[in-house]
Amino acid sequence: MLGSFAVILFDGLAYGTLLFLISLGLSVTLGLMNFINLAHGAFAMIGGYIAAICMNRLGVPFLATLPLAFLGAAVAGLVLEATLYRRLYKATHLDQVLFTIGLTFIMVAAATYLFGPSQQPVHLPAFLTGQTAFLGIEVGAYRLFLIGCGALLTVGLGVLLTGTRFGARIRAAVDNQRVAGALGIHVERVFAAAFALGSGLAGLGGALGIDVLGLDPTFPLKYLVYFLIVVAVGGAGTITGPLYAALLIGIADVGGKYYFPQIGGFIIYAVMILILVLRPTGLVRARGRA
Amino acid sequence: MAKTGKHVAEVVFWLGTLAAFFLFPNYLLLGSQIMITALFALSMDLILGYAGIVSLGHAAFFGVGAYCAGLLAKHGWGEPFSGLLIAGAAAGVVGYLTSFLVVRGQDLTRLMITLGVCMLLLETANRFSGISGGADGLQGMQMGKVLGLFAFDLYGRTAYLYALSVLFALFCLARRLIDSPFGLALRGIRENPRRMPAIGSPVARRLITVYTIAAVIAGVAGALLAQTTQFVALDVLGFNRSAEILIILILGGTGRLYGGLIGALVYMVAQDRFSGVDPQYWQFWLGSFLVLVVLFAPGGVLGGIDRLQRTFRKK
Repeated sequence: MLGSFAVILFDGLAYGTLLFLISLGLSVTLGLMNFINLAHGAFAMIGGYIAAICMNRLGVPFLATLPLAFLGAAVAGLVLEATLYRRLYKATHLDQVLFTIGLTFIMVAAATYLFGPSQQPVHLPAFLTGQTAFLGIEVGAYRLFLIGCGALLTVGLGVLLTGTRFGARIRAAVDNQRVAGALGIHVERVFAAAFALGSGLAGLGGALGIDVLGLDPTFPLKYLVYFLIVVAVGGAGTITGPLYAALLIGIADVGGKYYFPQIGGFIIYAVMILILVLRPTGLVRARGRA
Repeated sequence: MAKTGKHVAEVVFWLGTLAAFFLFPNYLLLGSQIMITALFALSMDLILGYAGIVSLGHAAFFGVGAYCAGLLAKHGWGEPFSGLLIAGAAAGVVGYLTSFLVVRGQDLTRLMITLGVCMLLLETANRFSGISGGADGLQGMQMGKVLGLFAFDLYGRTAYLYALSVLFALFCLARRLIDSPFGLALRGIRENPRRMPAIGSPVARRLITVYTIAAVIAGVAGALLAQTTQFVALDVLGFNRSAEILIILILGGTGRLYGGLIGALVYMVAQDRFSGVDPQYWQFWLGSFLVLVVLFAPGGVLGGIDRLQRTFRKK
């Protein structure tokens, strides 16, 4: 019993880590520019396909595809931000929702056209497959790898955001755009960089997630709800909020499906509605906001 | 002058829907689908266009109505009109109960709550496949005759006129509602939710009322779909349907009642044409179209006509 509980906790953490990586960019877009970006999952899909294509057609080893996925998605984010997104920062939420749904549909159709409607296979290196012993319990090696990656990246992001000038600029812009602008921070440029970073992380998450979440052209729509839940529950515009929310939801989802297979699918939505009713602004409230 | 012109246009529009019955006898099934979608879009317009509630889960009520009417018909209650009423009432109850969650919070919270409610219902329908038919859909309905006289036929003649009369009746109701002080209060809430309480308007109560009414209408639309096609698929509750109805309404133009009807007509005809050519890439054109509308043509078809009229008058 205890053993299975530990395994579920572990799988939930791995799953939550992926959700966190992918959702972080969404939180930044929402918090920084008050922009509802329903197309965010598409950047994860871009990363996933870059990894899958490099692996399956060009024979690049799995680990080497990860930075490529990050870069590809980041560049795509940068280009789309500069050409399309920027024009809609001041638009109504409804316009943003419609625009990004449209963008998602385009990407889904494009992915179907380019890669076909089927699931993409993934070839993991031998040391990442099978089970391995960790603190006395048998866990999936790849899950362990995911959690390790997630922990590394979270620490890295923490250092980037709290210890560097770039991070200080982002935090200043999130807290108060106008004052940040008055202090000489180029908010637009900071935002473009943050958007690219968020897209890149989503791409990396998408590539890491092929084995866990799967990858087909409907990916952005299938997981959109999860990413939105993470941000809405965690509280937009914060880093810690999505982290807690992603881990909570990862564990609730995996645990719910294991212990209560009859109603497992409900738990995630029920948890979300409950939290939003109790705390409409999310678990962690962004500073400087009522 | 402009007002009579508008009235003439309205009369012509409704006569046109009737004339279509004789002009396009081979497209009556598509026609009845358009009516149903138009009714669904009308209900969305009440909450989005007039009350300003952004919802990504409006299909919840459509689906409740469809399953309710479908289950009634499957278990021996084939009388269509009472089926519609019961389905509408069921959707209304769900709408009333969830409205308390929706009136709290801002746009994002509302998006998430509506989406979450719809997903919960979808999950429920999927899970209790013994009752709902699950992924195979609900089949085996025995529909009675409309008014005890007209059976549903293969060509969709009965379905068309049935859907048209229900649409017309509910449209008149919605129009009456919008022109009432209640409708004015809704527009006030949409424009400034903070100032409305200051002049004594109970914002939450108004929103709960309109959300419930919209749920009833959406439920009736779903019930119509179930009755005319005698089949209910799981996707009546899907995210795509919620997104689609939003798109249709935007395409036609929000906050003008006719927007949903025009949007449904244009969208369904386009879908019928394009998906015949290229079913897989319909989504691509739809997506590009949405992006273009948001960037270049706010207000949809009717908004565009308004702008044309204005520039025309200036000259």
